[in-house]
Amino acid sequence: MTTMLSTLDDQSAPRPKRRSRLATWARLLLGTPLNAGLTALFAAILLWFVPGLVRWAISDAVFSPLYPEACRAATGACWGFVAAKSGQILFGIYPPDERWRPFLVCVVILALLAASVWPRLWSRRLLLAWAAALVLVIALMLGGVFGLAAVPTSSWGGLPVTLILTVVAIGIAFPLSIGLALARRSRMPAVRLLSTVAIETIRGLPLLSLLFVASIMLPLFLPDYLLPDKFVRALVALTIFAAAYLAEVVRGGLQAIPKGQTEAAEALGLSYWQRQRLIILPQALRIVIPALANTIIVMIKNTSLVLVVGLFDLISSGKAALADPDWPSPAAETFLFIGAIYFALAFGFARFADFLERRAKVSH
Amino acid sequence: MTGVLISAKTRREPPVVEMAGVQKWFGAFHVLQDVDLSVRRGERIVICGPSGSGKSTLIRCINRLEEHQEGQILVDGVELGRDLKQVDAIRRLTGMVFQHFNLFPHLTVLENCVLAPIWVAGLSRHEATERALHYLERVRIPDQAQKYPGQLSGGQQQRVAIARSLCMSPRIMLFDEPTSALDPEMVREVLDTMIALAGDGMTMLVVTHEMGFARQVADRVIFMDGGRIVESNPPDAFFSAPRHERTRRFLQQILH
Repeated sequence: MTTMLSTLDDQSAPRPKRRSRLATWARLLLGTPLNAGLTALFAAILLWFVPGLVRWAISDAVFSPLYPEACRAATGACWGFVAAKSGQILFGIYPPDERWRPFLVCVVILALLAASVWPRLWSRRLLLAWAAALVLVIALMLGGVFGLAAVPTSSWGGLPVTLILTVVAIGIAFPLSIGLALARRSRMPAVRLLSTVAIETIRGLPLLSLLFVASIMLPLFLPDYLLPDKFVRALVALTIFAAAYLAEVVRGGLQAIPKGQTEAAEALGLSYWQRQRLIILPQALRIVIPALANTIIVMIKNTSLVLVVGLFDLISSGKAALADPDWPSPAAETFLFIGAIYFALAFGFARFADFLERRAKVSH
Repeated sequence: MTGVLISAKTRREPPVVEMAGVQKWFGAFHVLQDVDLSVRRGERIVICGPSGSGKSTLIRCINRLEEHQEGQILVDGVELGRDLKQVDAIRRLTGMVFQHFNLFPHLTVLENCVLAPIWVAGLSRHEATERALHYLERVRIPDQAQKYPGQLSGGQQQRVAIARSLCMSPRIMLFDEPTSALDPEMVREVLDTMIALAGDGMTMLVVTHEMGFARQVADRVIFMDGGRIVESNPPDAFFSAPRHERTRRFLQQILH
């Protein structure tokens, strides 16, 4: 009886008025003594911190790339240095007259990455475009064809190195990781054992030691004519490292798929590969999108470790630029600039992963 | 030696499913003990029994979701062995409906139905779609074709699962407790679908506790206990005069 009455009441009562946005904020910030206290505390921290930051980064900063002396005298940031040295930071020790080549390479890779974000464009043609782009990228960077001056990989540097390492290492590692994950769940003991040993060995080693092995130890064992280029060796090390980690993420997804899915697919007569490709993997990969994205973002930043084996990625070329005696060495500004580039790559990818996740939810 | 186990019956047609001396263990647990079963074309068999009696395992051995360890199983004259080609051939002849439907949640109802016809039977997408819509019509849900399984009720999902199996034009349909996971008000619609299928002459092996369905549809009711076939009779005889004490007790428990 009472429930009856109360439902009737609810229907006849006017809808509660929507609070104004200001009132909502006021309530959130000051509603309780604790909230008010926290608000005051954070306001104090901001007041103490922000003006100094603004002074350093903007009002006292030097923006002109023409006067190193002005930087020396200034108390603020020396953005002029970053502007003057951006070519060197972005392209490393690549011959300055040829910088249009790595620049074009970056444009091609970034453009294709941007295109690959649209599900509408996912097709065989996009894969072909990537394959063609890869050939173009190598031709542009290496030279020696079409009248381009030859530039050995030891002179490559900066953003193109970071982009090539990231895209190729992850592009190869991801399919490889799916193979490893499936192998680790295989019914065939030998296949399972091989995959398990490979994954656990690679996961057990620090990436640094893998890079050292690839670039310092391999030359001790292999004759020169069998030895791939240093850049390729580092790329291989990054790829198998990423593949081992991604494989475990993928395996987690495979394990989350109920056995009934496999049974239903088997009962319909689908072969092993058809079952994996059409039924199991599409579901498993959707589940692990957040974990995959996490691992891939770590791998994007891991490419910076190639500096220990003498490759000039963004960070090494930034350091090299700082060595110019004509300028003060504004390390913070330089690394903020480089950090912003990494952030754009990683955050861009994170947003893409978020989009994929929402898209996967819609179709369920 | 196994050839001797198959009794040479003098019927016009060879049996669709022939099991002889089938043994299976899960570790130390003997799930199927010396099972002999012969199913004629068009025959409708209901298998019942307490849980753990091996009834699900029995029908899952027919399409090789479970592997038997001894004895012989022939489906449409093809022996189930280690040869994967024969397993594939037999799976193409049999359809299976599961307790938990096992629809593919990332595919729409229509995609669920056309998948195997396209990839396994080699139909064109157009042919497969036509066939899928035909069977969705038969299970009375053509208007849900573009929905995802998660948007349907349990009863609708199970009917889609039946349609999905039928799209492969199986000779034999295996049902593994098809109504056990359903809300009571949805059991009817699934049973009606199965009764209609029986009316079309489909060979059916149904593991179920729906005794009303058994009475109405079955040619034979099989009672299993402890991995053995204890009793096998036409429904009239089975329900009115069970021969074994164990069967009597089981019927008392479920037919109160």
